[in-house]
Amino acid sequence: MALVKYEPVIGLEIHAELLTRSKMFCSCSAVYSAASEPNTLICPVCTGLPGAMPVVNERAFELAVLVGLALNCSINATNTFARKNYFYPDLPKGYQISQYDLPVASDGWLEILEDSTAGSQRVGVRRAHLEEDTAKLFHHGDYALVDFNRAGVPLLEIVSEPDMHSVEAALAYAMKVRSILRYLGVNSGDMEKGVLRFEANVSVRPQGSTDLLTRTEIKNLNSFRALTRASAYEIERQTRLIESGGTVIQQTMGWDDAREVTVPQRSKEEAHDYRYFPEPDLPPLRIEPARVMEIRAQLPELPAAKAQRFVDQYGLLPKEALLLTAEKALADYFEAVVSLSKSPAKTVNHWVAGDLLRLINDRSIEFDQIPVSPANLAELIDLVSDKTITLNSSKEVWAAMLETGQRPGEIVKTKGLAQISDEKSIQLVVTRVLDENPDAIAQFLKGKETILQWLMGQVARATQGKADPQVSRRLLTEALATRGKSVEKGNPTRPS
Amino acid sequence: MELHNLTLRAAHQLLSTRQISSVELTTALLTRIRQVDPQLHAYVTVSDELALEQARQADARFRSGETITPLTGIPFAVKDCISTRGVRTTCSSKILENYVPQYNATVIDRLSEAGAVLLGKHNMDEFGMGSSCENSAFFPTRNPWDLERVPGGSSGGSAAAVAAGLTPFALGEDTGGSIRMPAGFCGVVGLKPTYGRVSRYGLIALVSSFDTIGPLTRDVYDCATVLQAIAGKDPYDATSLPEAVPDYLKNLDRPVKGLRLGIPKEYFLPGMEPGVEKALREAVRALEGLGMQVREVSLPHTRYGLPVYYLILFAEASANLARFDGTRFGRSDQEKARNVVDMYLQTRREGFGAEVKRRIMLGAYVLSAGYYDAYYLKAQKVRTLVRRDFEAAFEECDLLAAPICPTTAFKIGEKIDDPLTMYLSDIHVVSTNPAGVPALNVPCGFSQGLPVGMQLIGKQLSEALLLQVGHAYQMATDWHKMRPAIS
Repeated sequence: MALVKYEPVIGLEIHAELLTRSKMFCSCSAVYSAASEPNTLICPVCTGLPGAMPVVNERAFELAVLVGLALNCSINATNTFARKNYFYPDLPKGYQISQYDLPVASDGWLEILEDSTAGSQRVGVRRAHLEEDTAKLFHHGDYALVDFNRAGVPLLEIVSEPDMHSVEAALAYAMKVRSILRYLGVNSGDMEKGVLRFEANVSVRPQGSTDLLTRTEIKNLNSFRALTRASAYEIERQTRLIESGGTVIQQTMGWDDAREVTVPQRSKEEAHDYRYFPEPDLPPLRIEPARVMEIRAQLPELPAAKAQRFVDQYGLLPKEALLLTAEKALADYFEAVVSLSKSPAKTVNHWVAGDLLRLINDRSIEFDQIPVSPANLAELIDLVSDKTITLNSSKEVWAAMLETGQRPGEIVKTKGLAQISDEKSIQLVVTRVLDENPDAIAQFLKGKETILQWLMGQVARATQGKADPQVSRRLLTEALATRGKSVEKGNPTRPS
Repeated sequence: MELHNLTLRAAHQLLSTRQISSVELTTALLTRIRQVDPQLHAYVTVSDELALEQARQADARFRSGETITPLTGIPFAVKDCISTRGVRTTCSSKILENYVPQYNATVIDRLSEAGAVLLGKHNMDEFGMGSSCENSAFFPTRNPWDLERVPGGSSGGSAAAVAAGLTPFALGEDTGGSIRMPAGFCGVVGLKPTYGRVSRYGLIALVSSFDTIGPLTRDVYDCATVLQAIAGKDPYDATSLPEAVPDYLKNLDRPVKGLRLGIPKEYFLPGMEPGVEKALREAVRALEGLGMQVREVSLPHTRYGLPVYYLILFAEASANLARFDGTRFGRSDQEKARNVVDMYLQTRREGFGAEVKRRIMLGAYVLSAGYYDAYYLKAQKVRTLVRRDFEAAFEECDLLAAPICPTTAFKIGEKIDDPLTMYLSDIHVVSTNPAGVPALNVPCGFSQGLPVGMQLIGKQLSEALLLQVGHAYQMATDWHKMRPAIS
């Protein structure tokens, strides 16, 4: 029996809150909606009191245009809002003001997995449209409370084409979008606070087929982990279902984070008919091409372009460049260190992508709050490059920098960590180390060359790591050669 | 001197010369309301204490001489779909029976700043759905000219109150004739302004793309005065028009000689009450006598006005009324509910009247998947044709004159069980709202003892012209001075 292989087809909807001062349709603060006391950032408009009317937040509209341009979309000259009708206690008006026919942006694309061996992939961005966030429900036993602080916060929904064929691709796309949103400063990307949420549309099909088969929609994915786990689970579930002769039914699924399973919520028959129609309270918004040009001019260098430049300008590998440029603050930090340091960019990358990134990850430091200034890191790197200190000592200097915030040069002085390079001092240590370790010499002479490394370590320890390792190596090698000759001359030590 | 029958211009004259105080005037009206309203039921709520407080503030303004406007110290009341902070606002619906808004509609703020005095809130057809005021969940309002008859709707309480001397002026709301039709039935002046000329912020929406707030007054001069105070761009209403507000009083006395008056032939149908037609023809002759050039014009898509109007109404109203779900304000039947859907169902089942439920269901239907194109979208396309009719007509004439209704006020109960006949009573007033153009009702005579109204329809933002012609007509006739004998 021929084995049919299945490939997944994934499309993502990303809901991103926009970082505006006020809400989408009223002047209530949109900034600390989660952190403030419940129902303190509300007004007649965002609680849907009778007679209250929406007014479009133009800043939100401009940010949506900015995101659209960053996602290579075309910007629609005429924007219309629509009412999406359904009943839920978190939806104060009984309809959500969204966009339907004419969204802000449409027909864009995004390049992902640029460093993969298979080459990069392009994911289509179908549309990006503005809408208002809902309120938040808090369930307590047999009742629920509603906090309207979040109601009306501007939300941009970015809808991809079903162009992703692996969980890795879906993750890469989601991360790329998050990275771009952070670059643009329109979203903090802080998923724990729910400012970025995913919905995955997943189906599977026999490999080689181009059909789109029945899909399921997984809602409320609030982390990359949930996105990947839920997609993988759903791919697996659908594949098994088909392989065992079943058929996938179109339905909306929820993701149970604790049990790590998808749970059916609504079938197609039960699906909402949202009864969209144009929002009569808001006239169409028109945007002139000249204004689009102005907004385009505000676009910063985006991750993909920056990564390419890092490859061209600093000779980094694509993989290295992608790592540094995923976060704008880190890329900026890297460039600041490069500009302040006399050392090659690749050396700087070694530090930034190594010790610094490890520190950031270990201590969950925000990228814009790196505790070591670029100048200090540049100085440290240069102290190693010009051999003022050894790589070994640099670890101690690094630790002291983090602890005291002192400049590396001062730390080297106060701790006396300057590298010992003069041969006489090192020769004395080498001789002493060799004298104390005749067994090691013997092993070396029998051909165990790795013992040299151990002897280097002994020299380093004897000098608190300050001995120039290159000098130590040379002097050790010379001394061992000399002692080897004296053995040949007839002073053998034999095992007894 | 009957204080309750003063025009607001006359009242202003007495107030500003300190012959009467606002407290005296307000007290006189509150007394009149207590005496007469039990027969009429024009008021849902009378805000005595607030009114007297505002009257005292107005008197203080007169004493200090600060910022006196033509409305300072003048009492008024509004249709109960206009939000008033601290004064319950019911839309004459059980679902909002105890709803007290936390904020004022923009028009209320503007009138308050001008120093006007809020007497209370007027009865209406529930959420504006009706043409007779019989669809109020509380009680029907009666026509002051004949208590067995309806005052028209849906701003029936406002029209009856102005006619009967229960307020010098009122603000009504017109979605498809709801100011003009009751103004016609009760013999008062009523203006539906251009869509967007007056802010809707705080108006509990029926049809967001048709709703307009406008004045009901005893004469055209007063109407111009009130419009002046409430018109203009509002940052809280994105659909309000940015065009500067002209001085509506400045050109009121300009001669109308040479203006071209179109008579749309589609508005004079067989079956029209003879007395109504006669009054209309005489009114047109009077205008002709003032030097206006009268010509017949055609609005060929008039017969589509009613279906277009109702389809869009159902759709928008079904969404506008979704927020009445028992969660945040108004009636909530959650005590008895087993779950949230149950709460919605019980609240809305108990809270809404039959006509409201009928229209919500029709609205959900015309917007539903598979029917949207056939109903809502088609209606929007035909709406364009209706609008173009008016644009074409205004190429040939400066304004139109037409009847408000083919009949005068009908009897209470006469049409209530036949929604379609009830809908048809709006046939002459609905088309202006899909077209967005302004229209003014002026009383133009009587048929069998009941007032007949003439509506003057103009192009977008032509309120000044409508008021000028209406005023010229009232200078030449006395119909607007007739008052019902109720006491």
